[in-house]
Amino acid sequence: MRTLIALILMLFAAPVLAQSALPPAPYADRQLDDPRLEAKARDLMMTIRCLTCQSQSIADSNASMAGDMRSQIRERIAAGEDPEAIRSWLIERYGDWVSYEPTASPILWPLWAAPVILLALGFWLMRGRIRRRKASS
Amino acid sequence: MSRWAIWLPLGLFLAFFALFASGLLKPDDRVIASKMVGKPIPAFTLPAAASDRPALSSADLATGKPRLLNIFASWCVPCAAEAPQLMALKQAGAEIDAVAIRDARADVDQFLGRWGNPYARIGLDARSSLQIAMGSSGVPETFVIDGKGTIVHQHIGDIRAEDVPTILEKLKEAGR
Amino acid sequence: MIAEAGLAALWLAAALAFLQLGLVWFGLTTDKPELLASVRPVAVAQGVLTALSFALLVTLFLRSDMSVALVATNSHSAKPWLYKFAGTWGNHEGSMLLWVMVMGIAGMAVALFERALRRDTHMATLGAQAMISLGFYAFLLFSSNPFARVNPAPPDGQGLNPLLQDPGLAFHPPTLYLGYVGLSVAFSFAVGALLTRNVDAVFARAMRPWILAAWILLTLGITAGSYWAYYELGWGGWWFWDPVENASLMPWLAATALLHSVTVLATRDALRAWTIMLAVVAFSMSMVGTFLVRSGILTSVHAFAVDPERGTFILGLLALYIGGALALFGWRIGTVREGAQFELVSRETMLVVNNLLLSVILGLVLIGTLYPLMTEAFGHKVSVGPPYFDRIAGPVALALVIAMAAGPLTRWRKDQARAVAGRLLVPAIVLLLAFAVVSVLAWGRIGVLPFLGLVIAAGVAVGSVAPLWKRNLRRTPLFTYGMVIAHLGCAVSLAGMAADSAFTVEKLVAARPGGVIETAGWKVRFDAITPIAGDNWTALQGDMTASRGSGSPIDIHPQARFFTAPPTNTTEAALLTRWDGQLYVVLGQEADDGRWQVRIWWKPFVTLIWLGGMMIALGGTLSLLGRERRGWLQKLRRRSAVAAA
Repeated sequence: MRTLIALILMLFAAPVLAQSALPPAPYADRQLDDPRLEAKARDLMMTIRCLTCQSQSIADSNASMAGDMRSQIRERIAAGEDPEAIRSWLIERYGDWVSYEPTASPILWPLWAAPVILLALGFWLMRGRIRRRKASS
Repeated sequence: MSRWAIWLPLGLFLAFFALFASGLLKPDDRVIASKMVGKPIPAFTLPAAASDRPALSSADLATGKPRLLNIFASWCVPCAAEAPQLMALKQAGAEIDAVAIRDARADVDQFLGRWGNPYARIGLDARSSLQIAMGSSGVPETFVIDGKGTIVHQHIGDIRAEDVPTILEKLKEAGR
Repeated sequence: MIAEAGLAALWLAAALAFLQLGLVWFGLTTDKPELLASVRPVAVAQGVLTALSFALLVTLFLRSDMSVALVATNSHSAKPWLYKFAGTWGNHEGSMLLWVMVMGIAGMAVALFERALRRDTHMATLGAQAMISLGFYAFLLFSSNPFARVNPAPPDGQGLNPLLQDPGLAFHPPTLYLGYVGLSVAFSFAVGALLTRNVDAVFARAMRPWILAAWILLTLGITAGSYWAYYELGWGGWWFWDPVENASLMPWLAATALLHSVTVLATRDALRAWTIMLAVVAFSMSMVGTFLVRSGILTSVHAFAVDPERGTFILGLLALYIGGALALFGWRIGTVREGAQFELVSRETMLVVNNLLLSVILGLVLIGTLYPLMTEAFGHKVSVGPPYFDRIAGPVALALVIAMAAGPLTRWRKDQARAVAGRLLVPAIVLLLAFAVVSVLAWGRIGVLPFLGLVIAAGVAVGSVAPLWKRNLRRTPLFTYGMVIAHLGCAVSLAGMAADSAFTVEKLVAARPGGVIETAGWKVRFDAITPIAGDNWTALQGDMTASRGSGSPIDIHPQARFFTAPPTNTTEAALLTRWDGQLYVVLGQEADDGRWQVRIWWKPFVTLIWLGGMMIALGGTLSLLGRERRGWLQKLRRRSAVAAA
């Protein structure tokens, strides 16, 4: 948040002016009637990266393309599609980039291993610090 | 702390430094290329976007002859800027179809009347669904489609005069 | 003339920094006390000159002097004065001048008020501070001159990004900068200590207030920034794990670890090398953050003043200062002993655990933030976002919070495991009760992390105040209160985060004026849309009233604003704060049938997040005051003893 300054030059300043005047797609800003399906759709939308503003999920974006994506996701969830299937469908088109949730592709394995490695390194650095034998009292 | 652990922070910093330097040296690359290049174009049928051009479906893009598919919108400024280049491509023999994104017929008519109409067919993609299905991330973009309906090349952003030969080259390659 | 005077003051300050460095260098190497005697006045003069230079830039902004390029491109004559004022640092050059001023004033403060430090270490610290300042002076003077003129002067100026036109701009960046740059003092202390081979408990006690002060401001700055993003972005989120946000979190994590390790150093004269390392890392994180933000190598929502050329300059400074300090560390630290080993059950071991977990979180945030950059070097674009950070750093943070409750209940040097368990009994019981309550209320309906967050927050809140249990509250030192309040603040903040992600109710509707929207016990009546005009914007305002239960309706006015200079649209959310949460209403676009998009969130206890942040800062302040006051009292007592003798 260093300088929230220019909170989103990209999100608002540029795209808003270069967006179509069409009203938003039907489910861009309308929830599904079934709260369970809506929650599913929402969880997925929170983890799909917006193509236009690039630093927000489509759930938090005013860009019209993000609105269209939200609408499409809600419609497909309502039609019974599995969220992870929609995610893979999008990854097929835009690559791993589009998913804020890192995928299981091999280039991301070190990222998932990071906590274990860091903890191990930490314990290794710490090992000499703590007296191991029980105090003999 | 053992001897080498003392130098570990400096080593890590040098690694980060190299990473930062490579990030700075690399040309600014914010474009997200479509992963659909090399794959067949998704099946679709779109209604006509303009009054004097027919509608567009995926079948129209697999006619045995390579074509360009231009993704544009009447509300998009760079799309107007690339109009002369599209005209030049058409003059050079390229056949160009188009998809208008989130658009209205009256606006498209007005846009084409003002900036010229190089297109054979124009489909209207009111909800960006074809755009998303093709892995396109904005307007304008231009795809080269071969005669069998496979996407062979994607040009992101407006076409500049210097891009025209490349696109013609890709079109020729697709025809072989 | 004002601009020229400002520039002259800046050049003069830079020359003084150079002089300060030279005086320290020759004074220490040739052992000439008369050289060292003039270091402090020079540091003070340097601080005054940077402040003067900054004040002159503020004057230029307030007078809308469009002949200055920076004012012309970032301000507008039609702006309200507050934004002319705050606009001074709403741009690259102005914010760097703010940075340099804070650095100068910090150096001045160290010269004036630092008394506990050994003299040669004090001087070496001032030399190091001058050395760091020099790089940033060079950056300003050679590549980012804020006082450059433009000819001919434009009549109006281009205006400030409307998203910045908010009272938040007046508070958040200066506070954050004070914190960021304040950490440079800790860095200089570390360098000074390494140069003079003086790392001990006395040194730690001298360094602690400076760390504490920077940390308090950093905490406030992050808290304010989070709230600002929350209400300005209009989507109800308060933390996005965006690279720029992470850039502000990393120095905070390092400074928090440092704050705790310096306490071990001050009390047990141990963890010497580690504390020095953290002091170097903390300010390094500030500089890395600045680099990430300004160079534009990572995509961010808060991207600000992006320019690869400036990035190159800052990268050079990183190499010089961080690389230099780490090399010095490697060279000198071999002679510094780490001190005695710790017993397994002791306060110092708990603090080591605290440092371990904080460092792991810091490492995870750093790796996660930079990972896209690493994979891009291999031609593979990936995104690392909230799902990763929440899932990976979240559990570590929860473990940290538990350790935070247990630490203060463990004695220094050596404690009995059974005794500690006994002191943790009540918090543990509360934790189990909270587990039962939350299970009954929301089992299976909320995520695992929010669930654990709520339960742990309850237990830890009780654990945090437990150190006051059975104590004479009037004789308890102020810094103990400070610690208790800061730890309690963590629990409060955690509760807010967990409650927000577990129980937020979202309602998106297309409403026609005259309609009523019901959600989460609230009734929002949408009366009309009225156009209104502000100073340099116009807006469509939703006139709405919100009521809950039998309560009387309250007017709320979400707006969609249109700015003319530069042309931009923003949304102004309407916030209605209640003791148990916040109602967040946003007016969206108009649909084709005359209905309006309205987004409403009911966010239970969301305000606890920032309340907790302020408590943490308050706790830090009390702690600082308590320690300082103790120092003054001792000094007074000593003096009167001398007088009596």
